[in-house]
Amino acid sequence: MTYDIIIDGKSYRLDLSRAEGRWSCRLDGREVEVDAVLARPDVLSLRIGNQAYEVKCERVAGDMHLWVGSARFAADVRDPRSLRGRIRALDDHGPKKLSAPMPGKIVRVLVRPGDEVEAGAGVVVVEAMKMQNEIKSPKKGTIQKILVAEGAAVNAGDVLAIVE
Amino acid sequence: MFKKILIANRGEIAVRVIRACHEMGIAAVAVYSEVDRAALHVRKADEAYPIGAPAASESYLNIQKLLDVAARSGADAIHPGYGFLSENAKFARACVEAGVKFIGPTAAAMDAMGSKTRARQAMERAGVPFVPGTSRGLESFEQAQEVAARIGYPVMLKAAAGGGGKGMRLVHASDDLKSSLEGARSEAERSFGDREVYIEKAIINPRHIEMQVLADEQGNIVYLGERECSLQRRHQKVMEEAPSPIVDAEMRRTMGEVAVRVAQAAGYTNAGTVEFLVDQQKNFFFLEMNTRLQVEHPVTELTTGLDLVHLQIRIAAGERLPFTQNEVKIRGHAIECRIYAEDPDNNYFPSPGKITLLLAPSGPGIRRDSGMYEGWTVPMDYDPLLAKLIGYGTDRDQAIGRLRRALNEYFVGGIKTNISLFRRILTDPDFRAAKMDTGFLDRLLQQKGSEALSDPKATEVAVIAAGIFATLGPAAAGTGERAVTGDAANSNQGAVSNWKIAAHKEATR
Repeated sequence: MTYDIIIDGKSYRLDLSRAEGRWSCRLDGREVEVDAVLARPDVLSLRIGNQAYEVKCERVAGDMHLWVGSARFAADVRDPRSLRGRIRALDDHGPKKLSAPMPGKIVRVLVRPGDEVEAGAGVVVVEAMKMQNEIKSPKKGTIQKILVAEGAAVNAGDVLAIVE
Repeated sequence: MFKKILIANRGEIAVRVIRACHEMGIAAVAVYSEVDRAALHVRKADEAYPIGAPAASESYLNIQKLLDVAARSGADAIHPGYGFLSENAKFARACVEAGVKFIGPTAAAMDAMGSKTRARQAMERAGVPFVPGTSRGLESFEQAQEVAARIGYPVMLKAAAGGGGKGMRLVHASDDLKSSLEGARSEAERSFGDREVYIEKAIINPRHIEMQVLADEQGNIVYLGERECSLQRRHQKVMEEAPSPIVDAEMRRTMGEVAVRVAQAAGYTNAGTVEFLVDQQKNFFFLEMNTRLQVEHPVTELTTGLDLVHLQIRIAAGERLPFTQNEVKIRGHAIECRIYAEDPDNNYFPSPGKITLLLAPSGPGIRRDSGMYEGWTVPMDYDPLLAKLIGYGTDRDQAIGRLRRALNEYFVGGIKTNISLFRRILTDPDFRAAKMDTGFLDRLLQQKGSEALSDPKATEVAVIAAGIFATLGPAAAGTGERAVTGDAANSNQGAVSNWKIAAHKEATR
């Protein structure tokens, strides 16, 4: 498998293959000696050369974060051969989904379909654990659709609105 | 001694109090709202009673329901924990009337501390230091000028009815006083319908240091040393330590004696905390008294060797303090991290959800007071505090080293937590040098922290691990995030997870 893995704005090309329980790995073209054991779901015991690491995988609403010790890295894993990977590698044209970053309750909808919004403008207010959070538009555009009503409960990752 | 104690709380503090009850041979009664049936405190208790809807006003804040459970269960005392009804004088009074002992101060002592002006008058008589200024509203610009000149610039103008920073103005020089006073007054008028403004000396970059006191019902009061609580965000403490790195034995004694006088002036009993603001010259000023057990009480327990919850219960049962001030010794250093369900990528906004994986640290010098477990869904209805991780060592450096080690072992999957924040704090040079004030955390969070830039080797490890997780696919994933909305137990979410579990079994066979 070949992946483009983006961490902190930087893209790394990773070639991985597995045969008879052994991994072979090239990172940006450089051979890396890797030995991996899945200790339990989402917990990897990793040896790189003779260096040992325990890496944990945090998955919330489609986001993937890797924890190396208590250092936390947001990772975006893309398959360079897939259409989706190539489209995502392009830029922000087209409709953008606005999704809930956490479970909560919709306390206010601040816009109506057809409204023009600036990037960073508040669209929906979600409340969780006594705190209100304004979910902001990711881009300048027109509100195409509002998918939630005031008072509704939402889960992390639920689409709240679409900005065209 | 009591036979049965009702704990009118939830989360880690309810578990903490249940443990103390069991250690003392006392039965523990839990109460729970509709979303807390599966909560850890219900699992740990001897008896558990439902008290209604998730909204706290319908359950954990409902005095009548709590007293009904006390009567039904035959509890002879109620421990309120912190938050909820812990500082509610009406509740303390209702407990007395219902013939059940409230483990905490009397309603009268709470009232004395609750009213800022009455508290201030009693404290001033007891010689407690306040931030210099007027305790009443300014009558004129001339008066403001006169007071400001006497206490010295910078000064702070504050709306008497204020809160949340509205009607507040920081004034650096006399030239700005007139316009600032007018601005503060009109803002106070608009925000609170009251243009009364008073003036105080501005304390720039203060520290927040508090003193633990303990008073029995026979009139004996001791102080148990201070806690440094300067690391705060949105007026919420994030990390606390004892002792404070800037407090020496002499300052501790002076502060402790003031705290004891505060408690005496209020006729205080049981555990309480006197909060102070400390300026850069180490002058300290009374802020307020918290009439309850504090979240951060474990750091005092570790450095004094005392169990504050045991002592609270014994005092409430009428026992005398079993030691004198001279017998209280501070030994070693303890630091507490408050583990919150918060999203570090989204301004530390609360992030409830289902915990799919929990790896908990242990080992030397580590204490963990937790209200969560793997498989539990953190409800969205309450405070996001999940657990407290406390590191103890012979000195501050060792405590920091142990915490850093333990944080590497700590992992909560399925939801987002603030665990990664503590790594940044603990490695910050100013924190290491104990240079902190209440603005420290906001300044730290404004620096764009990048793990990747600071540690290229760890980044490489993360890249490789991300690729391996992607290759292994769903077989390597936990049960995945699931709903907390609605009643998850009755929805079809359960079926989804069973499918996932089955798929996982297939894949790892």
